[in-house]
Amino acid sequence: MKIVVCIKQVPDTAGGVKFKADGTLDRGAMLAIMNPDDKAGLEAALRIKDTDPENIKVTAVTMGLPKADAVLREAMAMGADDGVLITDRVLGGADTWATSSTIAGALKNMEYDLIFTGRQAIDGDTAQVGPQIAEHLGLPCISYAKAVEVEGDTVRVKRQFDDGYMIVTAKMPCLVTALTELNEARYMTPGGIFDAFDKEVRVMGRADLDVSDDNIGLKGSPTKIAKASDKVAKGKGTVVTPETADDAAAYIADVLAEKHVI
Amino acid sequence: MINKNLDEYKGIAIYAQQVDGKLSPISLELLGKARELANDLDEKTVTAVLIGYEVAGLADELAAYGADRVVIADDPELKDYRTEPYTQALAGYINEFKPEIMLVGATAIGRDLGPRTSARVQTGLTADCTVLEIGDFPLVAIPGKEDEQKHKQLLMTRPAFGGNTIATIACPDNRPQMATVRPGVMQKITPIEGAKAEVINWKAPLEINNCYVEIEKVVKEVSTVADISAAKVLVSGGRGVGSKENFKLLEDLAEVLGGTVSCSRAVVDNGWLDKELQVGQTGKTVRPHVYFAIGISGAIQHVAGMEESDIIIAINKDETAPIFDVADYGIVGDLNKILPLLTDKIKAALAAKN
Repeated sequence: MKIVVCIKQVPDTAGGVKFKADGTLDRGAMLAIMNPDDKAGLEAALRIKDTDPENIKVTAVTMGLPKADAVLREAMAMGADDGVLITDRVLGGADTWATSSTIAGALKNMEYDLIFTGRQAIDGDTAQVGPQIAEHLGLPCISYAKAVEVEGDTVRVKRQFDDGYMIVTAKMPCLVTALTELNEARYMTPGGIFDAFDKEVRVMGRADLDVSDDNIGLKGSPTKIAKASDKVAKGKGTVVTPETADDAAAYIADVLAEKHVI
Repeated sequence: MINKNLDEYKGIAIYAQQVDGKLSPISLELLGKARELANDLDEKTVTAVLIGYEVAGLADELAAYGADRVVIADDPELKDYRTEPYTQALAGYINEFKPEIMLVGATAIGRDLGPRTSARVQTGLTADCTVLEIGDFPLVAIPGKEDEQKHKQLLMTRPAFGGNTIATIACPDNRPQMATVRPGVMQKITPIEGAKAEVINWKAPLEINNCYVEIEKVVKEVSTVADISAAKVLVSGGRGVGSKENFKLLEDLAEVLGGTVSCSRAVVDNGWLDKELQVGQTGKTVRPHVYFAIGISGAIQHVAGMEESDIIIAINKDETAPIFDVADYGIVGDLNKILPLLTDKIKAALAAKN
């Protein structure tokens, strides 16, 4: 059985988001990490592999700049068998349509029974690429997975909704998008880290992808950015330090009265 | 991408999400926004696309909230939400009726249906929008290329990077212009009693294929707590409240104001309140008339979920707390002393009025 996990290298926001003096995002000052939902997808794949390590292969796939090799090494140090890095200048500036078309173009030239992606990446927050890859490949997609099990040629998923969940089954090949809550990801092992640099990363460029030029990069992106900015904090309001708690309460009550709340 | 004649696409459509025969609040919010956008378009018809089984009875409610037309795809295969049959229905609607704009709620359903449908009909999709407007693309015409500027485009604004960046996106060369819209942000209209919409009972082009999944079980996790996204007044507490018991002070204040208690993530992590009450990036986005941030430091993940509130009042003992950067009214002080006095003053003020 072959499992492919799509992962993305993203800037870490946990330690706070860093800005440059001019107010723009300082991506260089933030650590690059494996996107959390994707890591849950990888862990789910590795747990399936644990049931039959000889016969189940896990391949980590990423699309990005050459430095995204690091996220593949991390995946392999956790236990993935090999990695695929999709990288090419002509792929830059892609929106979710072009990104999913590109990744699907790589997957068409690979073998898979089951594909995991994260639900969404913490830099874009779109949750679109997973379902769109499934559409380009003509596969069933089960999004928002909270639990996953494989039984023969069937995948059974606990699919989270806003008001509960469903237990859903699909025949493989199939794509599943993982929630961070799906599991607690394992750590890399020292031996795994050592081995990760001996394992193979296949680099795929434009020529290795089964996708038309109309559907890749900036040119193949139907959505266009009209304006982008780092967040401008809204005008700061009034901050007061009343002498007594009673003054403070009176101040708030006055505001509520003035605004016709009371 | 397939070539389309963009001029054939006219009018605004919204996906009227229903679960178990009840419309989700986002459906009415989308209608409210669609009505407003329609004012700036040549073709002003607002269509609600209702997909499900035995759901025709919802048409009047959609009409009351602003739908001119309701297209109903009713089929036993559409009883519970599944990606493929719903995508066949929504993509089928788009291909046949050709709306210029297609809005979908950014719910756990819409964030699955939207991307799959947009890929099938081969158009762009902008996720989790918080502002939608009609305007020009590019925003400012390029000198010498004034003719190339397109007018009456859907401009879709969305936060990314946990709310730290904001981008406005257009889909100028493809149709429909599709967006998913964050729940709780757009305003529904005051319902028009007795309004009627043109109802089209439409046969969706469903075809069972390998993408149909089997549903083994549907489990509803019925919430016993208040829906904070619908509250007009939210009294929200953070780590600074100190204990589960101390939330009584916030409940008392919420009660006199007819509001609801909500909280930051730290409170949920400490087990003081239910996750359903959490505001922020990993909780809910809220937009009440008044938002009290009490003992909340104001981490960006929290702010992302409440900054659209009309009036933000923050109480914190730490004058350097970042919450004061977003608060309209910031009070540096001890919440334990201020809250009981405030509740009493409001009670007195309300009593004096009556």
